[in-house]
Amino acid sequence: MSFWEYLGNRHQQLLTDAYQHASAVLQCMVVATLLGVLIGVATYRSDLAGSLATTTTSTILTIPSLAMIGLLIPIVGLGVPPTVIALTLYGLLPIVRNAIVGLRGVDPSLVDAARGIGMSRPAQLLKVELPLAWPPILTGIRVSTQMLMGIAAIAAYASGPGLGNVIFRGLASLGSANALNQVLAGTLGIIVLALLFDAAYVLLGRLTIPRGIRA
Amino acid sequence: MPENGRHGASIELENLTKRYPGNTQPAVDNVSMEIKAGEVVIFVGPSGCGKSTTLKMINRLIEPTGGRIRINGEDVTDIDPVKLRRKVGYAIQSAGLFPHMTVAQNIALVPRMIGWPKGRIASRVEELLDLVGLDPGEFHGRYPRQLSGGQQQRVGVARALAADPPVLLMDEPFGAVDPITRDHLQDELIRLQHELHKTIVFVTHDFDEAIKLGDRIAVLRERSHIAQFDTPEAILTNPADDFVSGFVGAGAALKRLNLTRVRDVEVTDYPTVTVDDPLQEIFNRLRSSGTNEILLLDKRGRPYKWLRRGDLMWARGSLARAGTLVHDTVTRDATLRDALEAVLIDNAGRVAVTGRRGEYTGVVDMETLMNSVHELLEADRLEALEAQHELEEARADRTHAEQEGIGGEAKA
Repeated sequence: MSFWEYLGNRHQQLLTDAYQHASAVLQCMVVATLLGVLIGVATYRSDLAGSLATTTTSTILTIPSLAMIGLLIPIVGLGVPPTVIALTLYGLLPIVRNAIVGLRGVDPSLVDAARGIGMSRPAQLLKVELPLAWPPILTGIRVSTQMLMGIAAIAAYASGPGLGNVIFRGLASLGSANALNQVLAGTLGIIVLALLFDAAYVLLGRLTIPRGIRA
Repeated sequence: MPENGRHGASIELENLTKRYPGNTQPAVDNVSMEIKAGEVVIFVGPSGCGKSTTLKMINRLIEPTGGRIRINGEDVTDIDPVKLRRKVGYAIQSAGLFPHMTVAQNIALVPRMIGWPKGRIASRVEELLDLVGLDPGEFHGRYPRQLSGGQQQRVGVARALAADPPVLLMDEPFGAVDPITRDHLQDELIRLQHELHKTIVFVTHDFDEAIKLGDRIAVLRERSHIAQFDTPEAILTNPADDFVSGFVGAGAALKRLNLTRVRDVEVTDYPTVTVDDPLQEIFNRLRSSGTNEILLLDKRGRPYKWLRRGDLMWARGSLARAGTLVHDTVTRDATLRDALEAVLIDNAGRVAVTGRRGEYTGVVDMETLMNSVHELLEADRLEALEAQHELEEARADRTHAEQEGIGGEAKA
C-alpha cells in the first residue's frame, strides 16, 4: 500500500489522533503559560528567587522525556495524567525564563512613572509591566509549544493520546506492510500541527501586542 | 496676589531624612522648608546631592526614614501613598510615557484610576493636549515612539496635570531634550504656570534653568543640605557662601539680565515720523529734535527705517531710498539680555521696542541698559543685605532658644 493509499484509508483514525495531539498540547500550554507567568511574576524581583526558578525549570528539561513519563506511571498511573503532568512541566522553562527576562527588561523609569502617577502594585503589573513583557513571553510560549509537539509523541508510551500512538505502532511492527507509513504519517502530522500552531501564534501576536511596541 | 493660591497647595517639609541601610551618612539629612501655594521652587545642586531623593520623598516614591511632609497643612507622611500620588502630578526625565498606550490613553490614566466618567475624561484629554500646545486631532491616537522628544515631554506634562492636582513634581523633566527644544519647553511651562498657578517643585542641575523658571531656588549641597533658599535675584547678587557662588558660576550680572523684562525699565522716547508725513515735516522734526536720527514708522505704526540727517540729502527727497531698514526689534516682554544682544549687534547701539502688534513704543540703547542694570544690582544688594540681616536675627533667636532649652527637651 502506498503512503497516499494509507492516508486515504486511515484518515479518520489519523485525524482523531491529530486532534487529540493538538488538544493535549494546547491544554498543557494554557496551564504551563499560567503557571510560568505566575512563577515569573513571583520571582523576577529577587535575584535569588529568579535564578532558582530558572534553574529548577531547566533541570526538569534535562530529564529525558521517556524517563520522566516512565517515572510518572507508578505514581499517577497510565493515560492522560502522566501526559499532562510531563507536558506542563516541560513547557514551563521557556515561559518562566522569558517572563523573568521580559519583566526585568521593563525600563525602570517606566515603573517609576507608573508608581509616581499613583498606580497600585497590581495595576503597575497588569497595565504596564506585563503588557510590556508580553512579546518575550509570547516568544517563550511559541518555543514551548514547538517542544511539546515532539514530546507529546512520547506520551503514547504511557498510553497517552495523540499521534505518538501511530508512530509507536509503526515502530513496534517494523518490517510489516504499513510500518513505515505509520511512522511517516505520525511524524509528518506532528510537523504540520507544529506549523499550524506557529501560524496561530503569529496571528495572536498581531492581535495582542499593542501597535506602540510592535517591532 | 491672593488668587495665586487658588489652585496650588502649600508644601511643608519638616526635618525630612532618608537613610539607606548600610550607609553611615544619610542620603538626605534633616531638610526643612516651606513652599508656598502657587510657587515654583527649584531644587538645584550637583549630581548626587540628594535633590531627586528629596523630591521623591514628597510623593513618597522614596519613603522618608524620618520627618514629616505636610501638603496644604495635611500631614501626608502616613496616608496611603497611592492616594497621595494621585493628588500630586509627577513628570520625569524623558517623559516616561508608556509605549504600549496611545497619547490619549497615557493622559487618561489618572482620571480613569480615580473614576471619572468617560465623557469627562475624553474632553479633559482634548483640553490638556490643547493646553500643552499639541493638536488634539493629530496627536490623540499616536503612540509615544511616533513623537519627538519635545512632544513626548509635553504629553508627559499633560499626563501629570490630567486630574488637576494642586502640586506638580518635576524631576529633571527637560534634561534629555536638545537645548532649543528645552528653551521652548521652559517658555511653555512659564506660560502654563501663568494660567494654572500650581505649586511646582522642579529638580534640575542647570542653574540657568533654575533662574529662568524659579520663583525661589533652593541650592542644595551634599546630603541635600540647603546652602541657600531664596529668590533668583538674591542668589545672583548675594550668594550665601562660596559653594553657592561657585554654583552660580561666572557672569552673575549677565544672568541677572535674564530676570528683568524690557517693560520693567524706562525706555527712551525717540522722535518719530510716519511714512505718510510730508517730507518737509520730516525735515522740521529732524531739525527741532536735536538728535541726529529719527525713526520712520510704517502705516501701522511699526518701526520701519532709521533716518539720519545726511540720508535725506543723499536720497534727494525720496523716502524709498533713504535711511537704513530696522532689522531687529525687541518686544516689551523680552528680557534685558535679549535687548542687550540686539543693542550690541546694532551698528548704532540702539534697538526699537515694540508692543503687542509690533507697534513702536520706545527705544532702548546702551546707556539705558547700563543705568538700569546698575539700579537693579544696587536694589538687589540692599534687599539681600536686609534679608540676610533678618535671617541672622532669626538664627540668633533660634540658637538662643535652643541653648535655653537644651537641658529640658530631649531632641528627637
